[in-house]
Amino acid sequence: MVQLTIPQLEAKANEIRQDIIKMLVEAGSGHSAGPLGLADIFTALYFHILKHDPKHPDWDERDILVLSNGHCVPVRYATMAHAGYFPKEELITLRKFGSRLQGHPERTRLPGLETTSGPLGSGLSQAAGMAYALKIDGQHHRWVYCVTSDGEHDEGNFWEGMMFAGKYKLSNLIAIVDRNNIQIDGPTEQVMPLEDLRAKWEAFGWHVLEVDGHNMQSIIDACSMARAVTEQPTVIIAHTIPGKGVEYMEYNYLWHGTPPGKSDIAGAPPKDKQAAEALKELRTLGGKIRSEHE
Amino acid sequence: MSNVMDMKLVANIGAADIKGEPIRAGFGRGLLAAGKADKNIVGLCADLTESTRMQPFAEAFPDRYIEIGVAEQNLVTVAAGMAAMGKRPFVSSYAAFCPGRDWEQIRTTICLNDQPVTIVGSHAGVSVGPDGATHQMLEDVALMRVLPNMIVVAPGDSIEAEKATMALAGVRKPSYIRLAREATPIFTTPETPFELGKAYVVWEGSDITLFGTGTMTYQCLLAAKTLQSQGISAEVVHVPTIKPLDADTIVASVRKTGRAVAAEEGQMAAGFGSAIAELLSEQHPVPLQRVGMRDHFGESGEPQELLDAFGLTGAHIAEVAKTMLRR
Repeated sequence: MVQLTIPQLEAKANEIRQDIIKMLVEAGSGHSAGPLGLADIFTALYFHILKHDPKHPDWDERDILVLSNGHCVPVRYATMAHAGYFPKEELITLRKFGSRLQGHPERTRLPGLETTSGPLGSGLSQAAGMAYALKIDGQHHRWVYCVTSDGEHDEGNFWEGMMFAGKYKLSNLIAIVDRNNIQIDGPTEQVMPLEDLRAKWEAFGWHVLEVDGHNMQSIIDACSMARAVTEQPTVIIAHTIPGKGVEYMEYNYLWHGTPPGKSDIAGAPPKDKQAAEALKELRTLGGKIRSEHE
Repeated sequence: MSNVMDMKLVANIGAADIKGEPIRAGFGRGLLAAGKADKNIVGLCADLTESTRMQPFAEAFPDRYIEIGVAEQNLVTVAAGMAAMGKRPFVSSYAAFCPGRDWEQIRTTICLNDQPVTIVGSHAGVSVGPDGATHQMLEDVALMRVLPNMIVVAPGDSIEAEKATMALAGVRKPSYIRLAREATPIFTTPETPFELGKAYVVWEGSDITLFGTGTMTYQCLLAAKTLQSQGISAEVVHVPTIKPLDADTIVASVRKTGRAVAAEEGQMAAGFGSAIAELLSEQHPVPLQRVGMRDHFGESGEPQELLDAFGLTGAHIAEVAKTMLRR
């Protein structure tokens, strides 16, 4: 892969957000807030950070990317299509019968997915197992990245994985927490408080970094820093805005599991205008591009 | 009627001096042998390394043995991750905890994900004894056999457990192997055939078929001997592979006998007997009685005391068979 520059990455993330909206509208169901919030991180991963080959998804030198919070898979599908894993035309088959793009990711259906996820809290342990296997084989030049959500921390399995990776000093494992502060039933700090999140990870033996999850340079630098840390796994707590890029969705937990066009939600346009409004806002970067103001 | 000669079973079935050994011991030998043959085999254990008999492997291959601690959900998901990178994991714990506690992780990250992880459930059945109902796993066969992609094996003795472990190591599919804690009579020999997916006629007869799996096959043999002395010709079919079932052998036996008993040391609901019932009702319906735990838990006690109390004995199987023949 050719690494994109920062402006190119930002433009790519915007295209990916537009595709996410189109996919969700076509599917008529699925999650909006998380995928939009993760678009910058996934763009940075696939177009700058990861060592991978879209034409050879099983390349045995590749870095591994585990998506633990499987419901955010639309952002992964969209990014993979842009990276060349499969034709972009296939994106609108999301959640349809016979599609390789299952509602939650299934490894055996689509080359390039490293595991099957959806039920929360198990991805970090799998990523840790992968990192452990790479260590056994002395493959010190490969990295395992695991994207997780903040809500996933409610799961017991998650903390078991944290403890395991800390014990075995899996320095080739980099967790990226999508800290968007929402889950289905409401804000994370109301549903089940997670703070002091940094202190909790540190107590489990992890090196902790915090970044603006929408700043490409910060995301890239944090992953670079994480790869330089030895004797400890690293977690990057990425502070993100759920629904990022679509103003009527931003910060609102009600958009966690709802696609555009299906629900009347306070602050949003009428249902039949939601998709067009979201796409227009993305194209114009929230109205900053004046030529589209007509 | 007599032993099926080509099964090469021990000669002293039913004798007081028949040798016994915990089935889990055979797993320990099998894993060690498999580990020597395949460097990709890794062993993961949840704080029960000696008790589940993973110890010999752990000592021989310290770099390929991973202590997980008391965390069964992590046990199976770390294993799924290792399998994704080309390793061939065996994970062991007590069956009550794994697959008892981590069924969803097994379903999603091993079965749906189609990763070659072998789950080793030790201390299955009421013969665990004094530890009581919490530790006497009875629902594991039901939990595992409903999962697509999963192979389910319950060896009849320690020698067969060794063979089954080595056979599973060569298969790149999810699998579950059920082990017992107590010494179980050894009725097979190293020469006895074993193949995954095969059931074996271990005692020929014509009046009724006794299907046994795991520890209960030996009890079926005892029942057959008892019935023989009373002029009843029972056939014993040993079914170590509960999934996939060997339909040909199972159906062929009931075509001959016309009725059957299925015995297991576990819940009958959705268990081994239910699997036999499903198969026969679709392919060759005959009267079938199940022997096992009928919708209740075990309790503390000495193993033999419990097996007697719950009717998990050759004597009880023989009684059930006679009742069926009187109908």
